Amino acid sequence: MLASPTNFADKAGMAADPTHRAIEAVFRIERARLMAGLARLTRDVDRAEELAQDALLVALTEWPTSGVPANPGAWLMAAAKRRAIDGIRHTQMRERKLAALAREMDEEQGMSAEALEAALDDPLGDELLGLIFAACHPVIGPEGRAALTLRLVGGLTVEEIARAFLSNEAAIAARITRAKKAIAKAGVQFEVPRGAELAARLPSVLEVVYLIFNEGYAATAGPSLVRPPLCGEAQRLGRILAGLMPEQPEVLGLLALMEIQASRLAARAGPDGKFVPLTEQNRARWDQLLIRRGLNALERAEALGGANGPYALQAALAACHARARRAEDTDWRRIAALYDRLRQVMPSPVVELNRAIAHSMAFGPDAGLALVDQIADAAMLRNYAPLPAARGDFLLRAGRRAEAKAQFEAAAALAGNDRERDYLLRRAADC
Amino acid sequence: MRVMVFVKATEDSEKGLGPVEEMKEMFDAMGKFNEELVNAGVMVAGDGLKPSSHGKRIHFDGPSRTVIDGPFAEARELVAGYWIWEVKDMDEAVAWAKRCPNPMMGPSDLEIRPFYEMEDFGEVLTPETTERYERITDKMASE
Repeated sequence: MLASPTNFADKAGMAADPTHRAIEAVFRIERARLMAGLARLTRDVDRAEELAQDALLVALTEWPTSGVPANPGAWLMAAAKRRAIDGIRHTQMRERKLAALAREMDEEQGMSAEALEAALDDPLGDELLGLIFAACHPVIGPEGRAALTLRLVGGLTVEEIARAFLSNEAAIAARITRAKKAIAKAGVQFEVPRGAELAARLPSVLEVVYLIFNEGYAATAGPSLVRPPLCGEAQRLGRILAGLMPEQPEVLGLLALMEIQASRLAARAGPDGKFVPLTEQNRARWDQLLIRRGLNALERAEALGGANGPYALQAALAACHARARRAEDTDWRRIAALYDRLRQVMPSPVVELNRAIAHSMAFGPDAGLALVDQIADAAMLRNYAPLPAARGDFLLRAGRRAEAKAQFEAAAALAGNDRERDYLLRRAADC
Repeated sequence: MRVMVFVKATEDSEKGLGPVEEMKEMFDAMGKFNEELVNAGVMVAGDGLKPSSHGKRIHFDGPSRTVIDGPFAEARELVAGYWIWEVKDMDEAVAWAKRCPNPMMGPSDLEIRPFYEMEDFGEVLTPETTERYERITDKMASE
């Protein structure tokens, strides 16, 4: 009925009404689970969104007089199902489905409130998890997955997603439409995959959550000091996943990584709004609550035998910095050892370069130089400024000033932005 | 936004834990609610506090520091527990708080208070004062 599932109350100018605001808040809490149940029922995301929106309209009409029901989730689900049946009746389609649904509804109406609650409840969160797995299905590209997940699971409006990704509404709307079509075309089920399929599809879910997080994390260096909501949404998704799949070590590893990285958000921008690198951050501004949560999640991941998962290892690296109260207390030997393990499970030239830097900090510049020489020919690093910059740093610390200067200059020529170039030219001049 | 939700104390909670059966029931209900908070990604932290008879107050007046042992009067002014929640806005915090099972045997209160965020200080925190604050906290970190 509503073409665009944006905030109805806002449109109708009712947002200021406290009753409507309260109803909308309840709806927001229930929305993801409602969507999940309706998507499974209709196997059609657009239809599920319409039905959820219709249910909100009914609530906005009825709750101000009847009060918020004891189990608003079950109430909204029942209202949406009733709408689904009306719709099917109206169009005279899918008669068999109608009969099945009508029977189900009749049975429910004869039930006690407790029985209805039990029937509609999703105590294991399987439906919600099923929706997340569908929205993160590998038939959709990573960016489409991210937008669809934020829309369906996070409940963000298209406008909010566009703002967060520094994109425009039309582009995001098109991305979401493409993603929905891809799901429909592939006949994706809104079910939680089991066994081997779960193991195969979990990485694409985790990848999306981390992509959302990194969009927010990288954007904090922008001109505005307003913190983008993406990190928070990704952390929320991570906590939901960890709540629903507490036995999956990589879910906990990713959650740990995000919590620890997010603990530094406030310290990443200096008073002038400029980016502050990790070793120069004011550690008193790190959020100790998030660090504790992150360390706790990491501990659980490791206890489940997941210490060598790519996310758990990255979280362990982040934890080394989080545990050091001053930059000079950093346990670089442990960091070097963790990179030795990370390169086994997540081989990449960038990991190799970071490993070289860690070894130089732990065992001296010559150790770093030896490692960096081994990877200098990697195609991915050929025009990568951080490589000559790291080598310049090792050479300078080894007392080889002239060679260091040449490396910093080479790095400056490859630098991606002015700030980075200025920094590297300054280092070259200091040699 | 982040909010702290205070569970206000009552005369009962100030006496310590209640009868085993009643406490069990409440722990079950509260456990279920907490799990919902975790699964929704709302829960950041939360704990219960012992009665104020286990507590101490430090009274400040100029240079003087006086330690006062609990218990403290006015149970309604005391805190028996807290949560920290990550929510979109106060409306959502209220909607969640309404779902909380009765935290006490008798009538009781929850109080929701949003955390200050850097943006709130706006004009108050000029770059210079922020910098000074950083220098001070830097010192604190290295001590």
